[in-house]
Amino acid sequence: MLFCRSGDRDTLRIEGARVLDPTEGIDGPFDVTIEDGHIVRIAPAGASASGLVLAPAFVDPHVHLRTPGREDEETIASGTAAAAAGGYCAILAMPNTDPVVDSAAVLGALVELARAEALIPTGFMASISRGLRGEELTEMAELAGLGAAAFTDDGHPVVSAGLMQRALQYSAVAGRLLALHEEEPALSRDGQMHEGAVSAELGLAGWPSVAESIMIERDLALAAYEQRSLHIMHVSALESVAALRAAKARGVTVTAEVTPHHLCLTDDAVRSLDTNTKMNPPLRAEADRLALLEALRDGTICCVATDHAPHARHEKEAPFEEAPFGVTGLETAFSALYTMLVEPGELPLEVLLERMSAGPARAFGLPVPRIAEGEVANVVLLDLDARRQVSEGGFRSRSVNSWLLGKTLHGTVVKTVADGRVVFAA
Amino acid sequence: MADIRLADASEVPPRPLRRHLLGVSDLGPGDLERILGTAATLSRSLEREVKKLPALRGRLVVNLFYESSTRTLSSFDLAAKRLSADTMSVRSSGSSVDKGESLKDTALTLAAYDPDVIVIRHPQIGAPQLVASVTAAHVVNAGDGKHQHPTQALLDLYTMREALGRLEGLHVAIVGDVLHSRVARSLIEALTLVGARTTLIGPPTLIPRGIEAMGCETTTDIAAVADADVIYVLRMQRERMLAGAAYVPSLREYSALWGITPERVRAGQVVMHPGPMNRGVEIDPRVADSDAALITTQVRAGLVVRMAVLYDLLTGGPVEVPQALEVA
Repeated sequence: MLFCRSGDRDTLRIEGARVLDPTEGIDGPFDVTIEDGHIVRIAPAGASASGLVLAPAFVDPHVHLRTPGREDEETIASGTAAAAAGGYCAILAMPNTDPVVDSAAVLGALVELARAEALIPTGFMASISRGLRGEELTEMAELAGLGAAAFTDDGHPVVSAGLMQRALQYSAVAGRLLALHEEEPALSRDGQMHEGAVSAELGLAGWPSVAESIMIERDLALAAYEQRSLHIMHVSALESVAALRAAKARGVTVTAEVTPHHLCLTDDAVRSLDTNTKMNPPLRAEADRLALLEALRDGTICCVATDHAPHARHEKEAPFEEAPFGVTGLETAFSALYTMLVEPGELPLEVLLERMSAGPARAFGLPVPRIAEGEVANVVLLDLDARRQVSEGGFRSRSVNSWLLGKTLHGTVVKTVADGRVVFAA
Repeated sequence: MADIRLADASEVPPRPLRRHLLGVSDLGPGDLERILGTAATLSRSLEREVKKLPALRGRLVVNLFYESSTRTLSSFDLAAKRLSADTMSVRSSGSSVDKGESLKDTALTLAAYDPDVIVIRHPQIGAPQLVASVTAAHVVNAGDGKHQHPTQALLDLYTMREALGRLEGLHVAIVGDVLHSRVARSLIEALTLVGARTTLIGPPTLIPRGIEAMGCETTTDIAAVADADVIYVLRMQRERMLAGAAYVPSLREYSALWGITPERVRAGQVVMHPGPMNRGVEIDPRVADSDAALITTQVRAGLVVRMAVLYDLLTGGPVEVPQALEVA
């Protein structure tokens, strides 16, 4: 399900770091030896005063690589280089490209491209409906056979409850998860931001929380009826969290993801009319942000996903209502969450590391990165004491539409090892 | 007859001031008081036979209008001319705007002429901010989408103060389609700034959720207008009744429930409307033509207030109105 270019695996030794793998239950100073891409030795070391932490590398289940169609915004090479710089060892790309990843031909071409230029293992989701039109199902079995990691119409909801039911039924044949962008278009309409006091003041059309939660409730009811699992993408609202909790309590198998920007920002940021605060789903109120954070802490939401959405500079340099939705995130996710949530004490570091790695890997049936002898090395070395200012010049992504431009972040990625190869070294 | 001498822009010492008027939030109470004071002084110049003042001679004011607007464009244009500025109007029809040029590029093109002020009206929120970020000109927002229309709010405050003698403690009822109204948003903010009380009245579908956070009260009951000093009527656009929009079932029902009829106006109240009016829909013609209506007063106020805004931006604002505006 994951593809990248081949190459020799590396041999290296990481000394004196605090090794922190919540899945393996390791937390302490160790020297880690990697030979030919495998972790061969984890030996106790003396306590170190450095801020270096060695953790399982990250897995991002929600990335827009914009290929094919918008290679000016991102390519597989640039997107995976950005991911490597962000500490990721695996990413899943969305199918809302041009053409849409809805056929064996398009998926096959992407797999070949990934084998030629992906710096880190990359998976591709295929669409649920042909052309994302929400009318006919894609050939899910054939697509899964070619390596489709999951199915999604991301960017669009599956509007028809009937098609959603069929997709749930049929995806069993493909043996893949459905990942859902939840939005009732009759309620979100032409919404530009969260509906609330700030949208009332600014006059921007509101995209209410209930437009998300009502669709989540519908799809959870269908999943329960069909006894199938679901993954809910970029959850943004308090009501959605409540729906997830209630469904889990009823025994529905559902996983969910949340983005760094929904965990760190609220609709208050939109007052600036900065188009890098425009995303779908929109930034919501403080009560929503706190509910998402609580859900991430307690595991109701098990993944951090960047929803890395590169956009051309000239398209974001437009009046707010004209600008496209979305922001980049691969290269800033850990630093942003470390600075804005871990340092202030809102989120324990080990929970963040788990939700950025094992959580998403398990949700999508990908190999869980582990720091254990015998495992292929998928590790990230972090320097919690280092700081850097986010600037346009510092990105490996082809796009610079970051909500963090100008901000100083703590906790930088020093080195990333993916599939046994050093893919990033600061 | 008293002669009015307005200090030339070059005579007034520069003073740090917000360079743009993008929204009412760009104004502090001091700015607001100063601009209204300047407007009052300027209104006297318009009573003279020769109405033109030399204050902004040699300055260039560009009106960049992406929406059709007779009253606002003509008001800004005349305001600049009355102060002897050169003016140039660029409209969305018959220009490169229609050839798909981005707003940024249009702004950069106009900026090459070194305008002192760009007045922009645009259907999209945030367009004035974008122009302000890419040009060195002072930017005045003449209406951006449903967001802000700050000179309308200033002229409304000016009109209210002229008619009622005060702003603080005044109770203003804003009636109608607040959801789609930049006029309402700017006015609510300005009224809060001067310590007036605001009540929004209209169909629940057209009162935006959460707007109370701006410091106003809301109700659907038209009887609440009885309590107000000013009834401010918003335009009810027919598009809101179209299938698919359906904010209200019919104009007939809207008029019956929220139309301002003579029976709903009590003695001593004044009625305002930003125009253009839909007579017989949101406002009864008998009210529109009554002595209580200040609608043409508002248009006249628009001219002097826009003159004051242009003067204020380009002179850095007089520190004290009498110092810069000598009435000999």
